[in-house]
Amino acid sequence: MSLELTGVQVRIAAEPPLFQPIDLSVAPGQTATVMGRSGIGKSTLLDAIAGHLAPVFTLDGQVRLDGRDILHLPPEARRIGLMFQDAVLFPHLSVGDNLAFGLSRQTRGRVARRSAVDAALTQAGLSGMYDRDPASLSGGQRSRAALMRTLLAQPSALLLDEPFSKLDVGLRQEIRDFTFQHIRACAIPALLVTHDPQDMAAAGGPPVHLQPVRT
Amino acid sequence: MTTSADKALRGCVLAVLLFGVIGPIGAGLLQTGAASVGVMPALGADAFDLAPYRTLFAMPGTWASIRLSLVTGGVATLLSLIVAVGFCAVTHDRMSRNAAARWLTPFLAAPHAALAIGLAFVLAPSGWIARLLAPLLGLERPPDLALVNDPLGIALILGLMIKEVPFLLLVMLAALTQIPVRAQMAAGRALGYGRGLVWVKIVAPQVWPLIRLPLLVVLAYALSTVEMGIILGPSNPPVFAVFLTRLFGSPDLNLILPASAGAVLQALLVGAAFAGIWVGQFLMRRIGLWWLRAGGRGSSTEPLLRLATAVVLLLFLLGALAMSALAFWSVAWRWPWPALLPETWSLRAWAGSFGGWTHALMNTLILAGATTALSLALAIAWLEGEDRGGRGRARWAEVLIYLPLLVPQIAFLYGLNVLFLRIGISGGLLAAIWAQTLFVFPYVMIAMSDPWRALDPQLERAAASLGAGPWRRLFTVKLPVLLSPLLAAMAIGVAVSVAQYLPTLFMGAGRIATLTTEAVTLSSGSDRRVAGVYATLQAGLPFAVYGLAFVLPALLYRNRAAMKGGQQ
Repeated sequence: MSLELTGVQVRIAAEPPLFQPIDLSVAPGQTATVMGRSGIGKSTLLDAIAGHLAPVFTLDGQVRLDGRDILHLPPEARRIGLMFQDAVLFPHLSVGDNLAFGLSRQTRGRVARRSAVDAALTQAGLSGMYDRDPASLSGGQRSRAALMRTLLAQPSALLLDEPFSKLDVGLRQEIRDFTFQHIRACAIPALLVTHDPQDMAAAGGPPVHLQPVRT
Repeated sequence: MTTSADKALRGCVLAVLLFGVIGPIGAGLLQTGAASVGVMPALGADAFDLAPYRTLFAMPGTWASIRLSLVTGGVATLLSLIVAVGFCAVTHDRMSRNAAARWLTPFLAAPHAALAIGLAFVLAPSGWIARLLAPLLGLERPPDLALVNDPLGIALILGLMIKEVPFLLLVMLAALTQIPVRAQMAAGRALGYGRGLVWVKIVAPQVWPLIRLPLLVVLAYALSTVEMGIILGPSNPPVFAVFLTRLFGSPDLNLILPASAGAVLQALLVGAAFAGIWVGQFLMRRIGLWWLRAGGRGSSTEPLLRLATAVVLLLFLLGALAMSALAFWSVAWRWPWPALLPETWSLRAWAGSFGGWTHALMNTLILAGATTALSLALAIAWLEGEDRGGRGRARWAEVLIYLPLLVPQIAFLYGLNVLFLRIGISGGLLAAIWAQTLFVFPYVMIAMSDPWRALDPQLERAAASLGAGPWRRLFTVKLPVLLSPLLAAMAIGVAVSVAQYLPTLFMGAGRIATLTTEAVTLSSGSDRRVAGVYATLQAGLPFAVYGLAFVLPALLYRNRAAMKGGQQ
């Protein structure tokens, strides 16, 4: 399972592309980092790969996941997990139900699904918090819950949009390690957008610097 | 990503709107227009001829009644706008939008007819106001004054304002959240302008485009109201829309042609009023800029602001009195002059009319349930279609939503009923449901749109990245998160449906008795107690649903901190 970007560019209508074409191959368990100045289109690139590109944009190039072209698929069929700056837990569901929402359909039966969620909660240091209101969690707990929810969906790749930037320094280190450790354990390719050189160093994968197109 | 299924959804919504909403209005207008120039095959009339207009203008009272409509509707709307702006200038920074919504809700929920009946009780020579003044003025009998149905239409203007001011306030407060008023106010005052002047010169011009359509809705209603005109307006001649309703309802079928001519005229009157607003806006832009550039700081506007605030509070007080009067009269038995409260109480009015009001309540519930469900389904389909198309709403679509509220009901409802007769559904519940939905849908749609767009788009993305398809995202994430605004829209839908008078009357061919049609009929009778029963129920039903809309989300999401505060 690997994520491959070939000549990927994003543009608005007839305007020049936002950045120079990207060629990148991310191996399973590896985390590549995407850096670049503000507004160059880092988040737009992730949106494009995940399938959430706003209609004004067009995407050139190819994105292959495990050798399969995914660009024609709707977002829910791409098997690409997304982590945002905010945890984006569903506010109307309990913490456990948030994870149950994510849990892949391959785990069948009420008991099996419940124990899969409980196991994930325990891994995230949230054991016994199934019925908690997501709004009552601390920032770190929210991040870990969001990551577990994403991983329970069994994604084939993971996109991380500055997921550590809102955490304070001590917590950032902990969540970063927690995240990378799980990416390696699941052996899926990941792409991390960040401004923080420490994130890049910790990710360890190939870095990509988005360069503006000279006109 | 747009798939063919998404296109199909949008196509369906558009088709339902075209054939279900726009089509009937257009067809009704055409039918009325044809009848107004003498073409109505059902009556054996098929020659193009302007005789109906000549007949209409030859009738006694036509001109007086047109003038009356223009004066009452115009004055009520203009005054409402002015006092609402003044009130906003004073209170907007002291009142949170949620608190304001709670205050305004009872007035928005109360059906026009119920409020009008209550106001008539309060203003009447034997009403609370006269009873309050009796000891001061030494009145031994109720004064011999026509305070309701007065020839100048002052009671009608008051009644219209009690309903219009809260609506305009709600719309303005919503618009103000999009403008950095506090900062602009500080900047303006630092430059030496008073509060009122900053408001008029700086804030109001930014608010105007956001409240223009709702103001037109208010104006169109005020110029063409039937139920309020019957209950509060002068009776001979009445306001124009009431005049026409009487013609349409006359046993002399030949009067349908001049009545149709009048209906076309009513539409033209509203159109002319809209044109007047457009010209006024054009002039204000010129004069306003000239005034702004002159830089005058003017004298203090505080007294005017205080006056506007006082008027608004007085209107609220009158409205509250009106609604209480309904409940009091329904359980009053002996209530001698000039006591402020009844001497003896009784449920006889409730018991005596039990068969009547249960039947009317049933019809009202069926109509409200069906129209609100239909409207909500259509609104959700529309908004979801917009989301999936990934594009905002075009200007024409916005106008399309407002269209049924901008065209006077009487201008197309009778014509539409003629068509319903032809397809054989007139006089039945189906026809009434269809006709009411034309007016319920726009309000539901308007109520849903802002909260829907304010929904954090990351929630849907997060759900999609977890593998949830579009329908699962809609039903398990978006709709539950939007529960509060959904229920609020439902409450508005019920309130609008319960308030409908003309569509039920015309489409039901007078055979479908609802709380509103019965209350309006009873309002001209002599028994205040029974009228009080119907009007209390009529106002109580929307209040109950609004209450439910407040309580239910709080109950269901009592353990979800992020779901508090109404709209996520």
